[in-house]
Amino acid sequence: MPKGVTHMATPKTIIDKIWEQHVVHQEENKPDLLYIDLQLVHEVTSPQAFEGLRMKGRSVRRPDRTFATMDHNVPTVARHIINDPVSKKQMETLQKNCEEFNVPLADIDHPDQGIVHVIGPELGLTQPGKTIVCGDSHTSTHGAFGALAFGIGTSEVEHVLATQTLWQARPKSMNVKVNGRLNPAVTAKDLILAIIAKFGVKFGTGYVVEYTGEAIRNLTMEERMTVCNMSIEAGARAGLISPDATTFDYLKGRRHVPEGEAFKNAVDYWSSLASDEGAAYDATVEIDADEVEPQVTWGTNPSMCIPVSGHVPAPEDGRSAADKEEIERALEYMGLEAHQPISSVTVDHVFIGSCTNSRLSDLRRAAKVVEGKKVHPSVKAMVVPGSQTVKKAAEAEGLDKTFTDAGFEWREAGCSMCLAMNDDIVPPGERCASTSNRNFEGRQGNGARTHLVAPEMAAAAAVEGRFVDVRSYLTAPV
Amino acid sequence: MEPVKHHTGLVYPLNRSNIDTDQIIPKQFLKRIERQGFGQFLFYNWRYDNEGNPKEDFSLNDPAYEGASILIAGENFGCGSSREHAPWALQDFGFKVIIAPSFADIFYNNCVKNGILPVQLPEEQTSELVKKAESGNYNLSVDLKNQVVYDDTGFEASFEIINYLKEMLLNGWDEIAVTLTHQDKIDAFEQAQEKTTSK
Repeated sequence: MPKGVTHMATPKTIIDKIWEQHVVHQEENKPDLLYIDLQLVHEVTSPQAFEGLRMKGRSVRRPDRTFATMDHNVPTVARHIINDPVSKKQMETLQKNCEEFNVPLADIDHPDQGIVHVIGPELGLTQPGKTIVCGDSHTSTHGAFGALAFGIGTSEVEHVLATQTLWQARPKSMNVKVNGRLNPAVTAKDLILAIIAKFGVKFGTGYVVEYTGEAIRNLTMEERMTVCNMSIEAGARAGLISPDATTFDYLKGRRHVPEGEAFKNAVDYWSSLASDEGAAYDATVEIDADEVEPQVTWGTNPSMCIPVSGHVPAPEDGRSAADKEEIERALEYMGLEAHQPISSVTVDHVFIGSCTNSRLSDLRRAAKVVEGKKVHPSVKAMVVPGSQTVKKAAEAEGLDKTFTDAGFEWREAGCSMCLAMNDDIVPPGERCASTSNRNFEGRQGNGARTHLVAPEMAAAAAVEGRFVDVRSYLTAPV
Repeated sequence: MEPVKHHTGLVYPLNRSNIDTDQIIPKQFLKRIERQGFGQFLFYNWRYDNEGNPKEDFSLNDPAYEGASILIAGENFGCGSSREHAPWALQDFGFKVIIAPSFADIFYNNCVKNGILPVQLPEEQTSELVKKAESGNYNLSVDLKNQVVYDDTGFEASFEIINYLKEMLLNGWDEIAVTLTHQDKIDAFEQAQEKTTSK
């Protein structure tokens, strides 16, 4: 190196940095053995993993880096009346497993209980720079904090329980750059739906996505979680956002976050994780935030999505024969006509909840829309807070009253109608405006028709009985 | 896990894109705590009507495909939920190989961990195979060691799979046992990590 020239380290992405800090073992022609800092566990994808340990006489390596809750099966009314004996057994099995293997559990009566992707951040378990896994594809949510967080299968759950590691091939990196600012009343949910509508349901396959740009910097933590949550709907196992002051402010004072001097040190470390200026990505896509309108999905995957001012597409709009066929099938399943304005579609159910949109700010924004109004007589509407903590905080502000006065049901925390594993099911052929993340066939019930929207769009649909542009609605109520 | 080396079997074509794991196994069947017995629920909402009667218009109910062990599907197969119940259901039903132009990442891994071989082939080749299989009684062979798919009429295509996963399938490894041979490195990693106060 010539005299006087300082060696500059190659700029790195946050993905590179977290990865390199977690490699336990590396050898040629093999994936890396990656250390996992935190595993979150729920009742549906864990019983066979614990059973696997038991059969081989293995133990949980780090119960202190494992945290369990029950969310998928739990009733959201009458907490202890579990009608389905198979659901009941699954929940009891989690209790038994956590006891046997010393894993901390926020069970159905625990004040911390809630959707696993809501409570991890709430408790401060989710932190920048951590590798986080869970047997649940929406683990990408935790990426909002600058953590590398991804969903895994049950065999991998067992592997992490036993070894606190996973063999992982280094993923490719993608920069999803969101330029400019979102318009007022256009939300993080609309943004991520618009991204998936624009680039498709598999543009992220094989990648870890980093969301960057002015619009992302301006999002609150809860909004960032909504964006990262749906990374998997674009095929990306993980989606993350470099941590900044917004992240640190959210974390300060949470139960598992270091305090005092240790917090300052943590912030120094967390700050060092942000992607370096000029870091190279394997791919980059861009979208302008100001183009994004409130979105409504019309079909059976999250990319089948249009602005609320739009019309349902026709099979001939498909780019290939397979595309055309997919549109045709989706129209038939959804009971929609080609070219129909989405605002002409009436709804039977409204579900405000799920790991995408059940946090306090989501409920506040929805409550603002329904305040002083009534749910349309033909609509059955419910709010399911993401955690008991969210529920309590919302009740302290009187949001429960706003919702129940309008005719919404106010429920206990859980996954509920997002995937209808408990009794919260949309009947065949009925239509639901839902703040969840998947509009797959049968997701909310066999034959149920799901339209994904933001919380305020769902709230407006509850009042009007059909999809309306919440922007005009907020300024000039009908 | 049973090793997978070479397989010849009847092909069932399901020519749809973006088949998500909610379709492969609907959520009402995820409550069981066992690994076995999910095959009866495979593609349940497509196979059965609301009364639980088989739907005649769904091709998997066609007796011509009875005993099929190779599934060919459209792109992005296995997207959505991470539920390993999806490969468990496919395997329990009798599928040993799945061929598609592309797979969702989590599903692909879940298959390998259970000894199901996911084979990624270009769309022209999967389309050709779908056509052959749709005419019925079509058998295909898959040779993992040589990474090649072939039939007895001259079709032959090679496929890629990362070496580690190939070895795992060929040998039927217990992955956890392999990892535990690196226990000293995991211990050392944790000790080093404890030293940095920021964790």
